[in-house]
Amino acid sequence: MDTSFAYILHLADNALILGQRLSEWCGHGPILEQDMAMTNISLDLVGQSRSLFQLAGELEGKGRSEDDLAFMRVEIDYKNCLLAEQPNGDFAKTILRQFFYDAFSFHNYTALLQSSNEQVRAIAEKSLKEVTYHLKWSSEWVIRLVDGTEESLLRMKTALLELWTFTGELYTPVDYEIKAAESGLGVDFDKIKTLWLEEVNKVFDMAGIKVPVGGWMQKGGKKGIHTEHLGFLLADMQYLQRTYPGQKW
Amino acid sequence: MEKNLEEIFQSRIDREEKIEPKDWMPDDYRKTLIRQISQHAHSEIVGMLPEGNWITRAPTLKRKVGLMAKVQDEAGHGLYLYSAAETLGVDRDTLFEQLHSGKAKYSSIFNYPTVTWADIGAIGWLVDGAAIMNQVPLCRCSYGPYARAMVRVCKEESFHQRQGFEILLSLSQGSEEQKRMLQSAVDRWWWPSVMMFGPSDDDSPNSAKSMKWKIKRFSNDDLRQKFVDVCYEQAKVLNVTLPDPDIKWNEERGHYDFGLIDWEEFWQVIKGNGPCNKERLAARNKAWDEGAWVREAAMAHAAKRKERSNKKKVA
Repeated sequence: MDTSFAYILHLADNALILGQRLSEWCGHGPILEQDMAMTNISLDLVGQSRSLFQLAGELEGKGRSEDDLAFMRVEIDYKNCLLAEQPNGDFAKTILRQFFYDAFSFHNYTALLQSSNEQVRAIAEKSLKEVTYHLKWSSEWVIRLVDGTEESLLRMKTALLELWTFTGELYTPVDYEIKAAESGLGVDFDKIKTLWLEEVNKVFDMAGIKVPVGGWMQKGGKKGIHTEHLGFLLADMQYLQRTYPGQKW
Repeated sequence: MEKNLEEIFQSRIDREEKIEPKDWMPDDYRKTLIRQISQHAHSEIVGMLPEGNWITRAPTLKRKVGLMAKVQDEAGHGLYLYSAAETLGVDRDTLFEQLHSGKAKYSSIFNYPTVTWADIGAIGWLVDGAAIMNQVPLCRCSYGPYARAMVRVCKEESFHQRQGFEILLSLSQGSEEQKRMLQSAVDRWWWPSVMMFGPSDDDSPNSAKSMKWKIKRFSNDDLRQKFVDVCYEQAKVLNVTLPDPDIKWNEERGHYDFGLIDWEEFWQVIKGNGPCNKERLAARNKAWDEGAWVREAAMAHAAKRKERSNKKKVA
């Protein structure tokens, strides 16, 4: 597989899978304004995935459309980080997952403004405007929930225990990311790691909670080795395309 | 004195002046508006559920984005409408409590299930289509905040209606399976949509008063007739059959005649016996109850911040 195709596909999968997860909240949020905010972020993410899938399809050059790429692959072909596919859990878990992802995405897109590929730069520029807002929103909620009540703090601590293990994968590059960095298409992961940790520490300090020290980090999503959750997400998302292949909607 | 105020109020209405929140108004006018606006707001919020049912399964990314944007608009409509109701002296939490306890009503149409993807198109075409017929006249409602909220709501609703029609048009040009899905959705959504205009004028006790106060401008039956006339023509474009064998053009009236409405079904659904009444209320209650700790945490954090900033000022 062409490494630049794999690299862009991975970025698209991150945005799609997290957007799909977040959209499950629509109509069920704890506060009407936050229900809207989550749907809005989900919309942005799916929108970003569309631009990236279109670009991936062009790079691949086999005539696959955004929908072919989004809907007609199997579990082991998806390259999203494990964090993105984790179930929503309670609002605390959703917020923390979003914050960890936004902190990565913000610095990743900022770095991609310097990509050697013009289309990537354009996508990064548009996405960065959206992600800046997402990061502000999720950071504020991290602070609010940690500094809120005993219950909200306990829920955040539980979410942290569940999710921390999936964060290492965000800034640990796999082969196609290393190649993308070398060619100038992608980003320097040493820098992203430092920036991500600084961002998380900054917000955790404001909230009054500590980043866990050490701990084993899960990985595999970027190489197609997923948690059990992804299969169900895909079964749901791909249902119509799989039941009625090749039709127009 | 009271009588005099009522006369002044009515003459303002007759002159098409808008009534604003701080103006004097009869208690009954206030109550009628609170009931109507809050029912409308609740309908937007409950309406997110049947449509949200297909967000994770939308067939393409474009359709997914379109549906999410639409459902998000409904949440926005709920927000402006709750705000309009607040100007009449009732807060959102009180209204939510009335919804969750089952005391307040919402549009019965949302107690029907969205069984196939085509249902999402049918809701846009028929349900939003009927809603627009009802709501366009509300942009001229005598109560200012409601009228202004409705201007924006109607713009978005007409976009939703076109989007729904376009979903169905794609299906109508598709495979046999897609056409079957389309016809099934129209079969199931047609009569509930015709019922959305409410009981016949003879059985609608509040109609006359609402007309006098210019909250309402047209009768239920007139709006229903207009809806049937418009939909019949659009159904031809979609190549679907409306599930009413009695529907036919009446030259003399210049309108389509249509069959008898099953009012028994209508009243049963209002009473809570529709296919999804219990699920819809349960989903709203679950979201609210499970969100309680989030709302408490947000309040607690705001209070702590205020306290900290006060301490700083004192120091």
